[in-house]
Amino acid sequence: MTDSRGAVCGDGAFPSGTLAFAGLSDVSISEDIPVEGDISVPVGSQNVDDVFSTLDEPVKDTILRDLRAVGKKFIHVMYPKQSSALLRDWDLWGPLLLCVTLALMLQGGSADSKEDGGPQFAEVFVIIWFGSVIITLNSKLLGGTISFFQSLCVLGYCILPLTVAMVVCRLVLLGFTGTISFIIRLIVVTASFSWSVFASTAFLADSQPANRKALVVYPIFLFYFVIGWMVLTFSPSQ
Amino acid sequence: MANKDFLLHFQEFDEDDDDGLRTSKGATRVTIDDTAEPQKQHKPAGPVEEDEESYRNDDKTELLSGEKKGAPFWTLDYYQALFNVDTYQVKSRIVGSMVPWPGKNFVHLYIRSNPDLYGPFWICATLVFAIAISGNISTFLKSQGEPNYKYMPEFRKVTMAATAIYSYAWLVPLALWGVLTWRQSKVVSMVSYTFLEIVCVYGYSLFIYIPAVVLWIIPYEVLRWCSILVALCLSGSVLVLTFWPAIRSDRPRIVMAVLLAVVGLHVLLAVGCKMYFFSDAANAVHLVPENIIKATPTIRTN
Repeated sequence: MTDSRGAVCGDGAFPSGTLAFAGLSDVSISEDIPVEGDISVPVGSQNVDDVFSTLDEPVKDTILRDLRAVGKKFIHVMYPKQSSALLRDWDLWGPLLLCVTLALMLQGGSADSKEDGGPQFAEVFVIIWFGSVIITLNSKLLGGTISFFQSLCVLGYCILPLTVAMVVCRLVLLGFTGTISFIIRLIVVTASFSWSVFASTAFLADSQPANRKALVVYPIFLFYFVIGWMVLTFSPSQ
Repeated sequence: MANKDFLLHFQEFDEDDDDGLRTSKGATRVTIDDTAEPQKQHKPAGPVEEDEESYRNDDKTELLSGEKKGAPFWTLDYYQALFNVDTYQVKSRIVGSMVPWPGKNFVHLYIRSNPDLYGPFWICATLVFAIAISGNISTFLKSQGEPNYKYMPEFRKVTMAATAIYSYAWLVPLALWGVLTWRQSKVVSMVSYTFLEIVCVYGYSLFIYIPAVVLWIIPYEVLRWCSILVALCLSGSVLVLTFWPAIRSDRPRIVMAVLLAVVGLHVLLAVGCKMYFFSDAANAVHLVPENIIKATPTIRTN
């Protein structure tokens, strides 16, 4: 901190009728008041170092801290009330985790079979990442104020309800067959799809000009609709 | 000039203004609702303030586009000029692409030197998934009762549809733009379109296929052909009315050739999609893999 004490005194006795700036020439630092202070540079503050250094902490702590941050964001997606938390410190670990999980679970048959089956791992991966990149570019081009990776982060984290729906669908497919299984899956996927759209618009819609909100929300709707369709139509090959 | 009457008929602000302020829940309905209310476009001219607003928006877009012209093509600013549309503009363009109105030019009436890529891109994307999904559902409905049938998501249809739709929406405008530019160097024409304007017209003209494709889920051939016919008549006539002024002064043989090519390609896209994604032959294709799977173990044991 720099702390300097001193005094600047003008004599204040302006001659009448002079210009406003004429008084500046009379400003003087009076000699008898010393200009002194001490400058301290924050070098030796041990506490700050201890908190923020990640060099000598165990690897386990680092990973756990990141995982905890990811988990906290999952909770934000499930309860999309505190809208700023997901935007403030973005990360792409959660989206990667969700995307890989979803793509792995959607992988039904083997890639070299001639069946015209569901999407392959790479196709899911490309749809999710390219889709969210295109939606982000779209909102940037329409004049949104959100940064690129913040938007990617939100779109990626909001896949969480659909990934949960995918797990539920897999379990349902183990237990039921036929129409009952389809109705249960339809309900689950519809609910999680609306949840995804609701959560992502709660985070993203505020960054847009009011007269263009619909233009930004529609691609998000389409994106989650397609993912929801992939989850719903998943059928394991026997 | 056509300019005078299009300003008088620019009346769709009242319903769109409050729509822009709507919450995001209503937003998802934008493209769907529009099909239901084409009649509102034919109302007489709106109040004076709305016209003033349209003038103001015109000024703004002109200023912005003039400002953005300097931006190099690798920056985001350059492309922001192509996405400079509001919700009400997109809605009115979508409606305009479905309602042919004799004497009205779609480009002059709705685009007015502000072609956007938002509509073409997302209309194509929606159409791609609409074709793939409803094609899949129709295959399922058709072959539901068959004992050998096993449901397949048919994800390959998405790739096929994307290739078809996006190449139609970009290559045909490119060719048309080339032809129009070539003819304009020979015959002086009053109307000339830029490449982006043509892309915009084509992109919006595809919109009517989205409800049509969704109707194709219902497995009645008569209904399908009727919806194709209606969609073709509406969007095809918008295309013809749009490009008619640009080639009117040319030789009649070339005018006929260009217009026939435009309409013919439009028909080809619709009928091709119908034949490829919704045909009865699709069933046979999906029963073949079962045979292959059954056949493979025997081959391996031999």
